[in-house]
Amino acid sequence: MFSKLKESFFISISAILANKMRSFLTTLGIIIGVCSVVLMSTAIKGVDNSFQQGISSLGSDVLYIDKFAWFSSEEFWKMRNRPNITYEDYEKFKSLVNLPLAVAPQAISVRNIKFREKTAEAIFVTGSTTEYLETTNFSFKSGRFFSEIESESGRDVVVLGYDIAETLFGNIDPIGSIVKIGGFNYQVVGVLNKQGSNLLGAFNPDRQVYVPIKSLFRHFGLSWRSITIVVRAKNSQLLEETKIEAEQVMRQVRRLKAYESSDFSINQQEGLIQIYKNTVGVIQIGGLFITGLSLFVGAIGIMNIMFVSVKERTREIGIRKAIGATKRIIMAQFLMESSIISMIGGLIGLFFAIVLSYVIDQFIPTSVQISAVLIAIVISLLTGILSGLAPAYSAAKLDPVESLRYE
Amino acid sequence: MNDENPIIIEMKDITKTYIVGLEHVHALRGINLKVRKNEYIAIMGPSGSGKSTLMNIIGCLDTPTTGLYLFNGMSVSDMDDNQLAKIRNKEIGFVFQTFNLLPRSNALHNVELPLIYANVYSQERKERAVRALNSVGLGDRIHHKPNELSGGQRQRVAIARALVNNPSIILADEPTGNLDSKTGEEIMQLFEELHQKGNTIILITHEEYIAEHAKRIIRLRDGLIESEEIFTTRKVMV
Ligand SMILES: Nc1ncnc2c1ncn2[C@@H]1O[C@H](COP(=O)(O)OP(=O)(O)OP(=O)(O)O)[C@@H](O)[C@H]1O
Ligand SMILES: [Mg+2]
Repeated sequence: MFSKLKESFFISISAILANKMRSFLTTLGIIIGVCSVVLMSTAIKGVDNSFQQGISSLGSDVLYIDKFAWFSSEEFWKMRNRPNITYEDYEKFKSLVNLPLAVAPQAISVRNIKFREKTAEAIFVTGSTTEYLETTNFSFKSGRFFSEIESESGRDVVVLGYDIAETLFGNIDPIGSIVKIGGFNYQVVGVLNKQGSNLLGAFNPDRQVYVPIKSLFRHFGLSWRSITIVVRAKNSQLLEETKIEAEQVMRQVRRLKAYESSDFSINQQEGLIQIYKNTVGVIQIGGLFITGLSLFVGAIGIMNIMFVSVKERTREIGIRKAIGATKRIIMAQFLMESSIISMIGGLIGLFFAIVLSYVIDQFIPTSVQISAVLIAIVISLLTGILSGLAPAYSAAKLDPVESLRYE
Repeated sequence: MNDENPIIIEMKDITKTYIVGLEHVHALRGINLKVRKNEYIAIMGPSGSGKSTLMNIIGCLDTPTTGLYLFNGMSVSDMDDNQLAKIRNKEIGFVFQTFNLLPRSNALHNVELPLIYANVYSQERKERAVRALNSVGLGDRIHHKPNELSGGQRQRVAIARALVNNPSIILADEPTGNLDSKTGEEIMQLFEELHQKGNTIILITHEEYIAEHAKRIIRLRDGLIESEEIFTTRKVMV
């Protein structure tokens, strides 16, 4: 058996080498196909990873009580007529709930931040209380979060996201320095470690800064706007219960009658995941399908050239049959040839995919993983076998007498 | 001629009909034939008389339309593709007018090929192939490719390939047809030697002087055996 396979292997190699240009052109289809499929799948993985990373900074056990639902079938204008969620709502809510691990208000203003001549533009300035820290998974590169006293008295202190600190300070430790947020002086008390991904854009904690909410209200007068109440459950098992309690307590705060529907929304990460899957997921499948098409075209190229090869070697097939090759041997020989062509294409395609992924990495964090290498090998092998099947079968069932007579 | 030798081939009322469009071409109309071990047979007859068709059926490359064909006592018409391939591999050695070597493989590999299909391992395979090439006088040409060999040498490679698996019978369809008469004569010498060593040979030829090497001449006409001659005394050779 082994010697037959070896024979098939060397015959295939010599057949491929005998038509170098033709083999190369055939391989090209697979190179492009495998390269694009691998790139696409790694890009998808990259996007998924950064989404997961980003979303985990939101926390799977965190609820956001908002005026608006993040995703809803309800008309936007209906929600517009809801009352704003105020700081007082937050205080009442906090005094009434029992289940949560932490409750914090959240107000956001977009401002420019300056340190000396350096400016970070249009930065999300999040105002909250000390307890906000407990609703996140933040860890600190240096310094600390603002304290209870700083929070209560609305002191002008700020915690910088990783990227902001990098942009404004470079390698200098920012702790103790004064930055200007929207023209007001704030003292830096802490810098966060890198948290999220590029995907969440401005929502990425790395590109935000955090200040006491009272300071935010004082300077930027946002108290008339709706805020968000961030509620973290003790653990994700308790999330549902916590949500039910939050709903009841919030209705109590709003003094809603039993027949009235809630005039606020409780949002959570899950909804975000859902919407992500519904939109990005569809785009991903579309992308894979389209790149898969290029692989399909490559496969057709191989099939075509294999049919030509069978035709050209009709006489050879006749000779082999005359001296004892079975159908299976002939079949194996041509399948081997198509698989080798395809595998060579696959490996070259993989090589280009790895090189290109370094370029793409600049935009979407990607890296070609072992799984992608396996994908490339498996799909090129499969493509080779599938596209060789019909030609190999046509070779195997050739009549020996006819093929010996073939010129 | 030893009538005690076992019968290798037995054919009864073998016919072969090709259907071309609406026309039926009766290539063989009822062949009865017995071949014993170590016979040396020449098949002659005009073009289109069915010689090659008969040879292909004997060699299990083709199957008869009707009739009984026993090879070493086994009915060939009952065999499936794999069994036929095995018989071609182990029991039959083909030599063709146009040599039919693999053009990209050297002499050694061409001769090894039947052994590869017979699952013979590489060391033994190589030894046997070299021995076969030596026996046809090509021991010094084993790494040459067909296009680096003369016609006579190519036919020797083909004969070595036919011999290498020790088949029951060697079938040669006009083996000298593409060679000049001197080279043809050398090839016939080789067949003579093989016959001396105990091989069974059937060859097709158009030339009387080639046929005279054989011990039995079968003449075909219109798909039937027209006449048979058996020579008990050997022709004198140089
Ligand atoms: N595949 C085929 N389809 C149709 N007819 C065929 C086929 N093969 C052979 N024949 C016909 O069968 C008859 C016998 O052919 P065959 O090749 O056996 O003749 P031959 O005696 O070998 O002739 P030659 O001396 O020219 O080689 C011829 O009439 C030929 O046309
Ligand atoms: Mg003929």
